[in-house]
Amino acid sequence: MAVSLTYKIIMQNHANSHQLVAKSQIMDWLQAVKDPEIPTISLIDLGVVRRVEQDEHTGKVTVELTPTFAGCPAMDYMKRDVERTLLAHGVPAVEVNISMREAWTSDMLTEAGRQALRQHKLSPPPVLGNQVLDLDFLEYAECPNCNGNNTELRTPFGATLCRAVHYCHDCRQLFEQFKPV
Amino acid sequence: MDPKLDLLYRLADDQLILGHRNSEWNGLGPILEEDIAFSSMAQDKLGHSLALYTLLHELGEAEPDTVAFTRNAPQFHCCQLVELPIGEYDFSLTRHFLFDHAELLRFEALATSSYEPLAQVARKLRGELKYHALHANTWMKRLGTATEEAIERMQNALNFTLPYALGIFEKTEAEAEIISSGLFIGEDELRSRWLESITKVLSQTALEVPDILALTPVAGGRYGQHTEHLQPLLDEMAEVFRLDPTADW
Repeated sequence: MAVSLTYKIIMQNHANSHQLVAKSQIMDWLQAVKDPEIPTISLIDLGVVRRVEQDEHTGKVTVELTPTFAGCPAMDYMKRDVERTLLAHGVPAVEVNISMREAWTSDMLTEAGRQALRQHKLSPPPVLGNQVLDLDFLEYAECPNCNGNNTELRTPFGATLCRAVHYCHDCRQLFEQFKPV
Repeated sequence: MDPKLDLLYRLADDQLILGHRNSEWNGLGPILEEDIAFSSMAQDKLGHSLALYTLLHELGEAEPDTVAFTRNAPQFHCCQLVELPIGEYDFSLTRHFLFDHAELLRFEALATSSYEPLAQVARKLRGELKYHALHANTWMKRLGTATEEAIERMQNALNFTLPYALGIFEKTEAEAEIISSGLFIGEDELRSRWLESITKVLSQTALEVPDILALTPVAGGRYGQHTEHLQPLLDEMAEVFRLDPTADW
């Protein structure tokens, strides 16, 4: 009786360990999923992963993503990459939902994410806090080449929806900024 | 019509149709940056329409693609302003300025809508619309203070476009309920905020602002009455989709 009970518990633990993983482990795996257009930054550091949950019975992982810009064409790729990565790590089932429940703002970028943007020669957006985002504020950016502040907004629309184009009067180069929103 | 559906269809259809018009500048913009600007704003607006059609779908309406690509002109609730052809750049810029100021203020107000799913979407879109307003202001101020020809063209464009812009604020039968249920502040309140906002920018130019409230609005769009320009736009926009509506892209 005692032996069979112990056996049963061991078997249950085994079954659970097969399917249930710590949330921190899932987040580590997701660190490997990068923005399809900015290969230096992970979706976690970009701030677009808003929620990760695992069903304790089935082991299915549900991930909630939110777009940086509503018309972002990279969302389908992000969704696919999250699914593939988690399935490759043995998660039995994955569901990725796109939601605006918690609208993305550029303040959701982590410090590591800002560093990753600089690595890609993109000026990170200033941290807004609770301040009202007025139109003048959109015109400020720090040059990612020389760190200069003597810069000017050339156009709020760049190569992708999330980028604006600025000019640096110090090093006389055009550069791109990840827009504050 | 249910007030939520009534409001959402107007918002979504405006975005879709102006998004399509903006995309027509792709490859034709007067300078590269402007080509990219109108293409980017087109992409934003299509994204906004998708978010709004998705809300309609959650309320029981058909799939976003079905709603966008299978209706004909009389079933659209957009204002006539957004369906006019792109014309010359002076007109497209002026329409963009007048429309996007209204949109920015509209979505700022909707961010506190009693209908929480719409409020969530509005909180997202208003941040993006700030860039549209910023872009429009830059060009209104630049061209509205430039050469005699530029000022004259912008003035003519403004005079032509304003009556259509007033059509943005055309009310429907659901208006009273929309306001009383806290869905939205209402078109009259929006129009007065808009007037203040555009006047502030125009006063920094050499352009003369006519007595706007004395103009007769070009209305009808919210009730499915459209110019002869909308149906050809829809035919072109949906041409590929209608070849095979079941195709998996």
